[in-house]
Amino acid sequence: MAENKSLKLSFDVIGGDFERAGEASAKIKKMLKMIGVPADIVRRIAIGTYEAEMNAIIHAGGGNVAAEAFSDATVITVSDQGPGIPDIEKALQEGYSTAPDHVRQMGFGAGMGLPNMVKCSDEFDIKSVVGEGTTITMRFEHISEDL
Amino acid sequence: MAPAEYFHSVRLLRDKCQGCVSCVKACPTEAIRVRNGKAEILADRCVDCGACASICPYHAFSIKTATLDGLEKYAYNIVLPAPSMYSQFPEQVPMEDIWQGLHNLGFDEIFDVSLASEYIAKEIETYVKNYTGGRKPLISSTCPSVLRLIQVKFPELIKQVVPVLAPAEAAAIYVRQKAEAKLGLASEKIGVWFISPCPSKETNIRQSVDVRQTALSGSFSLAEIYGKLLRCLGGDNTLNVVTGSSYGMGWGAYGGEISSAGLENALAVHGVDNVYEVLEQISMNKMPTLDYVECNMCERGCIGGCLTAENKFVAESNLRRRINILRSQEPVERELTMASSMTLEDFPRSAAYLKKLVARPMMHLDENIMEAMKKFERMEEVLYSLPGLNCGACGAPSCQGLAEDIVQGKAHEIDCIFKLRGSVHKLAQGMIELAKQIPISHEPQSLNAVEEDER
Ligand SMILES: Nc1ncnc2c1ncn2[C@@H]1O[C@H](COP(=O)(O)OP(=O)(O)O)[C@@H](O)[C@H]1O
Ligand code: SF4
Ligand code: SF4
Ligand SMILES: [Mg+2]
Repeated sequence: MAENKSLKLSFDVIGGDFERAGEASAKIKKMLKMIGVPADIVRRIAIGTYEAEMNAIIHAGGGNVAAEAFSDATVITVSDQGPGIPDIEKALQEGYSTAPDHVRQMGFGAGMGLPNMVKCSDEFDIKSVVGEGTTITMRFEHISEDL
Repeated sequence: MAPAEYFHSVRLLRDKCQGCVSCVKACPTEAIRVRNGKAEILADRCVDCGACASICPYHAFSIKTATLDGLEKYAYNIVLPAPSMYSQFPEQVPMEDIWQGLHNLGFDEIFDVSLASEYIAKEIETYVKNYTGGRKPLISSTCPSVLRLIQVKFPELIKQVVPVLAPAEAAAIYVRQKAEAKLGLASEKIGVWFISPCPSKETNIRQSVDVRQTALSGSFSLAEIYGKLLRCLGGDNTLNVVTGSSYGMGWGAYGGEISSAGLENALAVHGVDNVYEVLEQISMNKMPTLDYVECNMCERGCIGGCLTAENKFVAESNLRRRINILRSQEPVERELTMASSMTLEDFPRSAAYLKKLVARPMMHLDENIMEAMKKFERMEEVLYSLPGLNCGACGAPSCQGLAEDIVQGKAHEIDCIFKLRGSVHKLAQGMIELAKQIPISHEPQSLNAVEEDER
C-alpha cells in the first residue's frame, strides 16, 4: 500500500484510578473496529493494551497510552515516568508480580500481564530505567486468522 | 456473502410512532434512527431482542409470530411449552391444567421444553469441563439475540460460544422424529410449535443463525396464547406428558443454565445493557479465570421477554415457587435428580444439527481501511463540534451516532437542534447586517409616510 496515512489516539491515565481503568483501551478498540481492522486482531490489541494500561495505573502512578493505526498494522505505545523495572527478565516471567495485597484482592496481580503482551503482539519491546520509567511498544500486523 | 435481506419479527407500526426516540436509546446495536419524525429500523443491525418494543410508550412495535389457524396446514400438531409459560400462572394452577388447556386449543401432543433443557445442560457441563487451552470464559448460546449480538458487535468472541442447541430446538427435533416414526406421517404433515416469550425465537425459526435446518414450524406469542388459555385451562387431564425436574424448570429465569450444568465458577448475566457490558469485558480479557457466562438478553431471563403477559417479577416468583415444590420431592444431589428425569431414548445431540456461527461485523465505517480512516478523522472533527449532550433530539442514539451518520452521508449537521439554532442565529444576524447596509435613500417615500404615521 503506497499511502502511509495513519490515525493516532492518545490518552493520559491516572495512577490508582480503577474506576476509569480500561477506558483508554476501550476507546482504542472502538476506533480499530470502526476502521475495519479484523475482529480477532482488534481483540489481541485490546488485550495487550489493557494489560499495559493497567500496569501503568497499578505499578507506575499513571502514564500515557497511545495508538497509531496504519492500514496494515497498529502500534501501541504505553509509557510512564514511574519507578521502572529493576529486573526485566524476571518481570517477563509468568506469575511474577510485585502487586500489593489490596490490588491482588481486586483480582489483579496474577503476573500474567507482561507475558500476555508478549504473546498477543507480533513485535514487543520494553525499555525500562529504574527511577525514570518504562515504555512498552507493541506492534500488531492486520493479518487475520480464521474466526 | 451475507443474505441481502434479514427477516425480522420486530416491526415498526409507523402510524403509532410519535418519534419520541425512547427506542433509539434502548437498542443495543444502535439499529434505530428517527427520521422525519418516525422511527426506522436498520435491518442489518437489528438482533430482534425486543428492547425497543418493551420500552415504546406508544406500543408502536408489532412482533410477527404465528397464529393458531396455522395448525390447519398440518395433520398432527405438537406444542412445546417452556418454563416461561408455566411462570405466567401461580403455582396453584397445575401443569396438567395448562397442558390440557393447550390440548383444548387444538394441539394433539405436548412436550415439555424443561426436559430438553436438562439434556442441553448436560452437554454444556461436559463441554465446559473438557475445555482446555482456549480463551475463557465460555459463553452460553441458547438466547438467539445474544448470538446475533455477538455476530454483529463481538465477532471476536465467536470461538468462546458453547456449541449447543437451544432447548426448544432440541425438543422439536426429538418430537418430530418420534412422531414421524409413531404415526408414519411425512415430516411436512407435522406441525411443531414453540410458545415464545420473545421475538428472537421466531426470527431464528425463519432465518436461523445456529441450526442448519430448524425442526420448528413456527412460534406463538406467549401473551397471545396466555389470553386464549385462560378461557380453557383444565379438562379431563388424560394427556401423558413427560416433564423435567426442578433443574430444567430453572431455565425460565436467569441462573438456570448454570445450576443445572453444575457450574460454580460462572456468572448469570441478564438484561440488554448488562449483557453488552459483560461481553465487552470478556472481549478485553478481564475475566480470564471464569469458566462460563450465561447470557440472557431479557432482564431476569426468558420470563422477562417482551411477549410475556405477566410482570417479570411476579413471573419469577411463580417460577421459583414451582421450582421449590419440585425440589422438595427430589433427591438432594443434582446428578441423581437429573438422571431420574432424563430417561428418553435417543434424545438428539447438538453437534449433528448445528452450523458455524459466522461473523457479521457492522461497526466499520467503510470496506476500505484507508477510506474508513479518513471517515474516522472527519467523524472525530464533527463530534468535537457537537454539544456532547447525547439528547437524542436528532434521532440518533448519541452525538457519536449522529457524527457517524453525518460522515456516512445519512444525516446533516443541522439535524442537531443546537447546530440548527446556531445556524438560524447566524442567518438572522446576517439579515440584520444586510438590512443595515441597504441605503435608506433608496427607499420609497412610503417609508417616511410610515414614520409619520407612527408619530
Ligand atoms: N509500568 C511498570 N512500572 C513498574 N513496574 C512494572 C510496570 N509494569 C510491570 N511492572 C513490574 O512487573 C511485574 C509483572 O507485571 P505483570 O506481568 O503485568 O504482572 P502484574 O501486573 O500482575 O503484577 C509487576 O508486578 C511489576 O513489578
Ligand atoms: S419509542 Fe420509538 S417507536 Fe415508540 S414512539 Fe418513540 S420513537 Fe416511535
Ligand atoms: S429488536 Fe433490539 S436490536 Fe432490533 S431494533 Fe429493537 S432494540 Fe434494536
Ligand atoms: Mg499487570
